[in-house]
Amino acid sequence: MSQTSETPGASAQITRDEVAHLANLARIELSDAELDHLAPQLSVILDSVRSISAVAGDDVPPTSHPMPLVNVFREDVVRPGLSADEALAMAPESEQQRFSVPRILGDEQ
Amino acid sequence: MSDWLTKTAAELAEALAAGEVTSVELTRAHLDRIGAVDGDAGAGVHAFLHVDAEGALAEAEASDARRAAGTPLSSLDGVPIAVKDVLTTVGQPTTCGSRMLEGWIPPYDATVVAKLRAAGLPILGKTNMDEFAMGSSTEHSAYGPTRNPWNLDKIPGGSGGGSAAAVAAFEAPLALGTDTGGSIRQPGAVTGTVGVKPTYGSISRYGLVAMANSLDQVGPVTRTVLDAALLHELVGGHDPLDSTSIDAPVPDLVGAARDGAAGDLTGLKVGVIQELSGDGYQAGVRARFQETLDLLVEAGAEVVEVSCPNFVHALGAYYLIMPSEASSNLAKFDAMRYGRRVLPEGVEAPSAEAVMRASRDAGFGDEVKRRIILGTYALSSGYYDAYYGQAQKIRTLISRDFEAAFASVDVLVSPTSPTTAFGLGEKLDDPIAMYLNDLATIPANLAGVPGISVPAGVAEEDGLPVGFQVLAPALADDRLYRVGAAVEALWTRRLGGPVLGLDKLDPRLPAAGASEVTR
Repeated sequence: MSQTSETPGASAQITRDEVAHLANLARIELSDAELDHLAPQLSVILDSVRSISAVAGDDVPPTSHPMPLVNVFREDVVRPGLSADEALAMAPESEQQRFSVPRILGDEQ
Repeated sequence: MSDWLTKTAAELAEALAAGEVTSVELTRAHLDRIGAVDGDAGAGVHAFLHVDAEGALAEAEASDARRAAGTPLSSLDGVPIAVKDVLTTVGQPTTCGSRMLEGWIPPYDATVVAKLRAAGLPILGKTNMDEFAMGSSTEHSAYGPTRNPWNLDKIPGGSGGGSAAAVAAFEAPLALGTDTGGSIRQPGAVTGTVGVKPTYGSISRYGLVAMANSLDQVGPVTRTVLDAALLHELVGGHDPLDSTSIDAPVPDLVGAARDGAAGDLTGLKVGVIQELSGDGYQAGVRARFQETLDLLVEAGAEVVEVSCPNFVHALGAYYLIMPSEASSNLAKFDAMRYGRRVLPEGVEAPSAEAVMRASRDAGFGDEVKRRIILGTYALSSGYYDAYYGQAQKIRTLISRDFEAAFASVDVLVSPTSPTTAFGLGEKLDDPIAMYLNDLATIPANLAGVPGISVPAGVAEEDGLPVGFQVLAPALADDRLYRVGAAVEALWTRRLGGPVLGLDKLDPRLPAAGASEVTR
């Protein structure tokens, strides 16, 4: 995924290894069977959307949002928020009014 | 079964105001109907993932007390409603059709839900949907599909198949849905109901679990255009809790719907979108679309063809923008503060990252994984310009097409969906075939303009309902209601009654709810 600005060619397939890498970036543990199933489907989807790559030239500005809203401000006033109990009510695990999480230092650190 | 079930929400509101019926009676009649037809993942309509009988009846009792005291909270006070399971509700689970949020009860209400409560509408329950609103058939729900009340072997559309089916099966007079690429309008089309995607930003998204924030919009799901207008006015308007909310007054939608129902469209200029009315549409869909155009002409409208040349690229742009936003939005499901946590097997003291990977594998279904990975790909360095960047430019071109078209016509029209309801399972593992269902609905989401789907008869070849889509410029949602109500009135006159009725539903469904209304 480190190629520099490449225009996708007509046959730029997404390989099984690439899907595994993307799943890793997206923090989803995919099984071998899922990788076998997903890789060809993603290639088909990418093929079908590839036609858009040559449609708009450099003179067309991008649109990220349908309504041109900028800098929406509000008064900075105190409003009631969730209590600790409410915030923690659906936590997978909590301890001493805090979210309890698995160790955060990975094996590589 | 109770006669009240087939009444419109507007009629129910009048009956409540006149003291002809109580909210408890109405709410109980609908709960009985749900009990009789909704079934479960294996059989029945399966429009609901959760039914809150106790809560709804308590709200109904409170509503009756207000009516008795002469202090109703709104004209719809006491009229029950169903809510799509992607909108947060205090006291009821909000699963988004995903195992990731199984049993999750949110700590706050979505703004639209808070508005329903403030207006006194009892919430019957939460409706089924494709997981995180990703799909066009409701088959991607982790809790089993919803079935089309017209034919239980057919899909009810998606992602909001539950809301549309609940209304079509007379389990609820009103429902809320959400529309990112057609998830209100396409289910409306294939179930013979009315669905509205309002102008982007005109109804709050606060408490709507986001799939693609720049495209998502809450809207009404109903059996009549007037009912949609009543609900839209109730939930619409500016919300400081949603930074993309538009600070503009909601137009007079109810007035527009009443005006349109008179059926006179003299002076209205209607544009048929060339790119959305040719090949690829089922013959029966094309035939009913053409007939609707003829009806509009008879009602005084001028119908012309309009070209929106960039609409052919809308699907491609959408399937890059939507997954890109979705992959980013769904990153929050990290198994730390809420949602499913799964420990990887055979690992002692796993790291947070390993838990996250295992939880996201177990919590997300196939379609969600497809879209997250596609979005991660489109946003990754080296591909960003070619995919996401290009898609955003096409979005600009599509908005320009709309601007040019609306310079010469008042509204644009097309069939809502290329086909009538297809068979359950038919397209489940063929993503492209599934994505094509949204061909005609996607441009409106990309440009932020409002759209409505109104029933336009049934297709000759299969007897299943066809939807007619009307699109209007941003903030001109009232035009949808005027033209939509006219289309509805013209078809009702032609058919001698509404497109949808109890007699049209799958004969395997009991026509009767469990009980008569006792007075």
